[in-house]
Amino acid sequence: MSRRAAAALALAASLALPAGASLARSPDPGAAPSAAARAPASTVSEAAVHEVAAELRCVVCQALSVADSPSETAHQMREIIRDRLASGETPEQVKAYFVDKYGLWILLAPPRRGFTLLVWVVPFAALLAGLALVALLLRRWSRRPGVADAAPPPLDPEMRQRIERELSDLGTR
Amino acid sequence: MKRLWRWLIPLAAVPVLVLLAYGFRLSPRDIPSPLVGRPAPGFALATLEGAPLELATHRGKVVVLNFWASWCYPACYEEAPALARAWESYKDRGVMLVGINIQDKPDPARTFLTRFGHTFPNAPDPAGRVSVDYGVYGVPETFFIDRAGRVRGKHVGAVTDAIVRDRVEPLLRERG
Repeated sequence: MSRRAAAALALAASLALPAGASLARSPDPGAAPSAAARAPASTVSEAAVHEVAAELRCVVCQALSVADSPSETAHQMREIIRDRLASGETPEQVKAYFVDKYGLWILLAPPRRGFTLLVWVVPFAALLAGLALVALLLRRWSRRPGVADAAPPPLDPEMRQRIERELSDLGTR
Repeated sequence: MKRLWRWLIPLAAVPVLVLLAYGFRLSPRDIPSPLVGRPAPGFALATLEGAPLELATHRGKVVVLNFWASWCYPACYEEAPALARAWESYKDRGVMLVGINIQDKPDPARTFLTRFGHTFPNAPDPAGRVSVDYGVYGVPETFFIDRAGRVRGKHVGAVTDAIVRDRVEPLLRERG
């Protein structure tokens, strides 16, 4: 499954959760005070930061990842990711830190275990159940005794005579 | 059998309707914080005047921690008078009110504090470290910390006199 699809799934799941709805949030300030001026730590690559940031939800814009959001908050969060990776934490540990502070909400794709496994399993289970139902109904409908299977209806003598007469008329023409 | 199916198909919509009815009735402002009940993350910042501001030094007091910004209009402006009144009425009763100024610049922040006559300590969080440690989504957000240094409550949005009173009084009655 692509990350986009996973994000869409997570979004659909979050509709039922309190944090899913939009929160009125003030915009970020026009200028970044100090974070923008700081040079990035040299030891951690942009790619490594991006990999973690892409899996975290931006807390002010909510529909974007921390990697994609231009907001000041997302910028600060990327710096925190960078510092934690530079201090030797694994990407999993960095994500665990954000989950610890914000809850599972912060993850764009819900974990494939525990309760949130349902989000991954239910759509496919529902699809399979639907396909099974359609297959079952198709079989049943195609087996229903139709005109072909039924014994031909009894023909009354008058009709039989008429058919034979018309057939013989055809033959003589 | 046929009768049963006729009922089962509309019945399948019921769980979906129940889920939607539940989801849409929840207030999107009630964001559950995983921090409630846990020790408040420590911090050591410097106030806008340059004085050290450390959470640990206020252990034993009830701490009200308010995240705000001068660009946060109108919510931060709405709650500012209530915070000034809270500080006046609680500062001698074992309550510490602390402001954390996020994603702001010193000059507009000072203008804001002067305008509302805030005299409690306010410190900028320039790199957002403290905000993320507290799982802050936006401003204003206010945390209520008990005498033992535990986060006991979180309020998202502007606080009022009643909200501060209802959160602080029970914590004051607890002996730390």
